[in-house]
Amino acid sequence: MKAAPFDYVRVSSLDELGELAAAYGDDAQVIAGGQSLVPAMAMRMARPKLLLDLCDLPGLADIRLTPDGLEIGAMVRYFELAGSPLVATHAPLVSTAVPLIAHEAIRSRGTLGGNLAHADPASEMPAVMLALGAVITVAGSTGARRIPAAEFFIGTYETALRAGEIITAITLPVALAGRRVAIDEVVRRSGDYAAVGAAFAIDLEGETVTGARLAFFAVCDRAVLAHKAAAALCGQRLGEIDPAPVLAALAQEIAPVADLHNRAETKRHLMKVLAGRLLQRLLSGEKSTHG
Amino acid sequence: MLKPDPAKQRDGAYVGQPVPRENARRLSQGRGRYVDDIAFRNLAHVAFVRSPHAHARILSIDTSAAQALPGVVDVVTGEEMKGLCTPWVGVLAHFPGLKSAEQYPLAVDVARWHGEPVVAVVGESRALAEDGADLIEVEWEELPAVVDAEAALAGDVPAIHPELGDNRAFRLEVGQGDTASAFAEAAVIAEEEFRFGRHTGLTLEPRSIVADFDPSLRQMTVHHSTQTPFQMQDVLARHFGLEEGNVRVIAPDVGGSFGLKLHVYGEEMAACALSIRLGRPVKFIADRLEAFQTDIHARDHLVKARMALSRDGEILAMEVDDLTGIGPYSVYPRTSAVEGNQAIRLMGGPYRMPNYRGELNIVFQNKTPMCQYRAVGHPIACAVTEGLLDKGARALKLDPLAVRQRNVVTADMYPHTSPTGYVFERLSHEECIASLASLMDYERLRREQAEARQRGVYRGIGLATFIEITNPGPAFYGVGGARISAQDGCVMKMEPSGDIRVMVSVTEQGQGTETIMAQVAATHLGVPLERVSVYTGDTQTSPYGGATWASRGAGIGGPAVMKTALALKANLLETAAVILQAEAGDLDIRGGAVVNRKDGTQRMELAELGRIAYFRPDTLPADFHPEMTAARHYVPQGYPFAFTNGIQASHLEVDVETGLVRLLDHWVVEDCGKVINPLLVEEQIRGGVVQGLGGALFEECLYSPEGQLLCGTMADYLTPMAGEMPDIHMAHVETPTLTSPLGAKGVGEAGTAAAPAAVMNAINDALSPFSAEVTQMPFTPERILTALGKV
Ligand SMILES: Cc1cc2nc3c(=O)[nH]c(=O)nc-3n(C[C@H](O)[C@H](O)[C@H](O)COP(=O)(O)OP(=O)(O)OC[C@H]3O[C@@H](n4cnc5c(N)ncnc54)[C@H](O)[C@@H]3O)c2cc1C
Repeated sequence: MKAAPFDYVRVSSLDELGELAAAYGDDAQVIAGGQSLVPAMAMRMARPKLLLDLCDLPGLADIRLTPDGLEIGAMVRYFELAGSPLVATHAPLVSTAVPLIAHEAIRSRGTLGGNLAHADPASEMPAVMLALGAVITVAGSTGARRIPAAEFFIGTYETALRAGEIITAITLPVALAGRRVAIDEVVRRSGDYAAVGAAFAIDLEGETVTGARLAFFAVCDRAVLAHKAAAALCGQRLGEIDPAPVLAALAQEIAPVADLHNRAETKRHLMKVLAGRLLQRLLSGEKSTHG
Repeated sequence: MLKPDPAKQRDGAYVGQPVPRENARRLSQGRGRYVDDIAFRNLAHVAFVRSPHAHARILSIDTSAAQALPGVVDVVTGEEMKGLCTPWVGVLAHFPGLKSAEQYPLAVDVARWHGEPVVAVVGESRALAEDGADLIEVEWEELPAVVDAEAALAGDVPAIHPELGDNRAFRLEVGQGDTASAFAEAAVIAEEEFRFGRHTGLTLEPRSIVADFDPSLRQMTVHHSTQTPFQMQDVLARHFGLEEGNVRVIAPDVGGSFGLKLHVYGEEMAACALSIRLGRPVKFIADRLEAFQTDIHARDHLVKARMALSRDGEILAMEVDDLTGIGPYSVYPRTSAVEGNQAIRLMGGPYRMPNYRGELNIVFQNKTPMCQYRAVGHPIACAVTEGLLDKGARALKLDPLAVRQRNVVTADMYPHTSPTGYVFERLSHEECIASLASLMDYERLRREQAEARQRGVYRGIGLATFIEITNPGPAFYGVGGARISAQDGCVMKMEPSGDIRVMVSVTEQGQGTETIMAQVAATHLGVPLERVSVYTGDTQTSPYGGATWASRGAGIGGPAVMKTALALKANLLETAAVILQAEAGDLDIRGGAVVNRKDGTQRMELAELGRIAYFRPDTLPADFHPEMTAARHYVPQGYPFAFTNGIQASHLEVDVETGLVRLLDHWVVEDCGKVINPLLVEEQIRGGVVQGLGGALFEECLYSPEGQLLCGTMADYLTPMAGEMPDIHMAHVETPTLTSPLGAKGVGEAGTAAAPAAVMNAINDALSPFSAEVTQMPFTPERILTALGKV
């Protein structure tokens, strides 16, 4: 299990990156934490001829508050997200999601940008981005673009990134006062990719639900938002909410697909159970947490 | 943690003390020396092109591009490999009718499992060898694959080896008594179909070998991560036409084995063949994907079984049909019949069951070969027996603990012979059950379970009584024609310093064998433990023996060391008596010194004895020759096996909405005879339990309907991890075997034998309010939800 031969460059500017990416075309690939790419290379499923390491690119590892929201550099590592007071204050869903990802060793290398670019359908962070309405900033030879998370994930390992583009930052709108968030997943062992997962953000004004973003992962070819289920929730008052129509809408709009360990119907069942439990937890006002 | 008792240690009574493994410090600080750590000059590396199909004919192989790649040293196809060694067939005479086909290191003409090695590519580095392997083009003609064992015997299924006629490798019927009448009289018949998925050993250190052939002397030194250096020496000598004495096998540190490192694998044989061909050392280290594809797999049984019980819960009879798939070959040299043979013979083993009929069918299939892995056959027999017993007890509304107490072989019945002919010298089922009941506070747990159920929390308590086969006797393997030794040997010497060196033929793979041997030597010689060093794993320097498998290291190696220590002690006292002009019988060795036997007065340090014996023999009588070395061998005798016994219990919670199982607690009471080292016994039990829990809940080698192995990484093959493991509580009962001077039996497999059954029974106990049952391992959430009718 040794990677096919490759060259390696630690780029120091976007220009340098652009030039090399253009010269090598499909044979060049960027590397961030390497936690998905390196195993794929070792198994020769990925065979880049040139690796472009982003770790020296200036500004990509910052977390800062901007007028648009909380901006997280693409190269921020999971462990930095987990330990950041800014993230805990303004995007607590991100903080609570990190411990669900893999194990300490992987979390100390893996990056948010790498995770989103990798677009694993069973990964937590894409769903978190959907639930929080993140905007993903990408840069390439033709300049920068800002892509809403809902348009970013296209399929299994597929994103809206164009050739030569990289993610530079992720912007999360700052949490509203009445927001309740939670993430949970069905896993057989802690740290595993989920059999089914859900990340919810629900906004309340007083006792009334004014907005809901119900994101699911490990259900189909990418993280998805359950719009109809969310709509069924909006306008209802806490304490009077009947989860049945919400779950029914959910079953209608998301048709889970099988994975190695679970049939599609098992995932459908688990999705409903998980959604029901997460709603119950959020609506009963338990602290935003994962279980 | 268990701590040694300093007073006892001062007295030199190390046997029975929880002495920590001496090698643990070295290994945990990264100072291990595994095969891959050893440096060689001019080392070449081999990588393999493997079959991408479960079953396919090789139409052509184009190696030209690989041959041309700089850094590639050699490329050898299966056809060319045929000329480099003689073939092997995994059959033994004591399994009459067992059939298998000839095997060479690489597939010839037809590949028969996904991952089978097809072409060997030798490179100046492993990466270059893999680059070369990438360039090899094989043209395949896919053949229909036999994937499920159930399909193997169907009429229209082609034989995987046409020359063998069909896909049945072995058939066996065993039994005693009249099961038909027993079932006719039964108050309750518990009947069930059990499925046991495939899993694998997953050693931390993968299979590793460096073969180093010296053409000038026709000598081959093999550094091999193996449990059985002498068995491998014999295999290599015979199949490569070398003198036995010209093959040296060295097992350096070995990072786990669990039974998978005693089989003959094509890759290792290829590495040896290539070293002979090239006159260079050749290294093969399996990567994790290769481990999943080619390390032996375990289990793979479909068992249809029923148990007849009387109204008061007495087991009247069992009938069992076991169908097991072993992949395309019976594995050499031990065969793949042992797992099924033991499964079918261990059924009902703990109980006074008078009537039994078992039928075993072993079939070929296009999957990775299956062979002996920790607790060979035991978890199957245990789960089937214990599962049926619980099912019967439920129907009769009897308590599972009481029904076991009612049925176990009792103290007054020993020696006892099981319906399949196993003879038990003396077991302690009643004591173990009683001990477990108090250890786990069974009554309280049952009350709490009932109370939790009121709250909609579904907890289960599962019990599993077990017996374990250990210390196989003189008639094992050798009787079937395999050159695998049933005895072990020890050479022990005292050096001038008074230090003791012990060379022993049993081997160390991380379980602490060397510490056990040191404890036995120090105790029986009368020297401090620190002065004893133990050397294992080198055919050139250690006495000949069977080594480590079937939980035989302590039970067979131990008495060999004990006998040798007593012999060396007699030698040393003889010399001391001459020097001290005393009677040897009046002297003893304690604390590393010669003392008066009666009052313990010190007469002479062993170092002084060494000085005189080695450097001043001129001061000794003219005809006296001090013997500073002793050698002894030990063959277990009296019984075919030293059976051990015990009982396990699992306490868990089932989330009936998600099907997830949370393990809450696990208990083991076991009796491995004399406990030489309680710390290491408990490590063995804990590790064994965890592997059993893995088989019960997590581990499964998944295949597509076409026979593609779907799990190639540890992300999709789920091993049990610390986070999900329960606390494992233990108690011991000691019933020493009287057949050995040491009294120790084995303990390596007991944990694995019964943990899956305990978990299965606990899950079914938890699910009992829903009348749902699971009998297919591993018990995945999906299988539990299916049983609950939720999906
Ligand atoms: C044992 C194990 C368990 C894991 N479990 C989980 C889990 O439970 N949940 C989970 O979500 N993940 C899990 N992962 C994956 C982990 O989260 C990865 O770190 C992550 O998916 C990728 O991040 P990275 O920084 O390591 O990216 P890399 O591996 O370096 O790159 C991944 C891909 O993204 C591209 N890329 C990287 N950075 C950028 C960028 N800024 N712009 C554009 N493209 C980029 C690379 O070219 C590559 O294609 C696990 C990994 C391992 C090894």
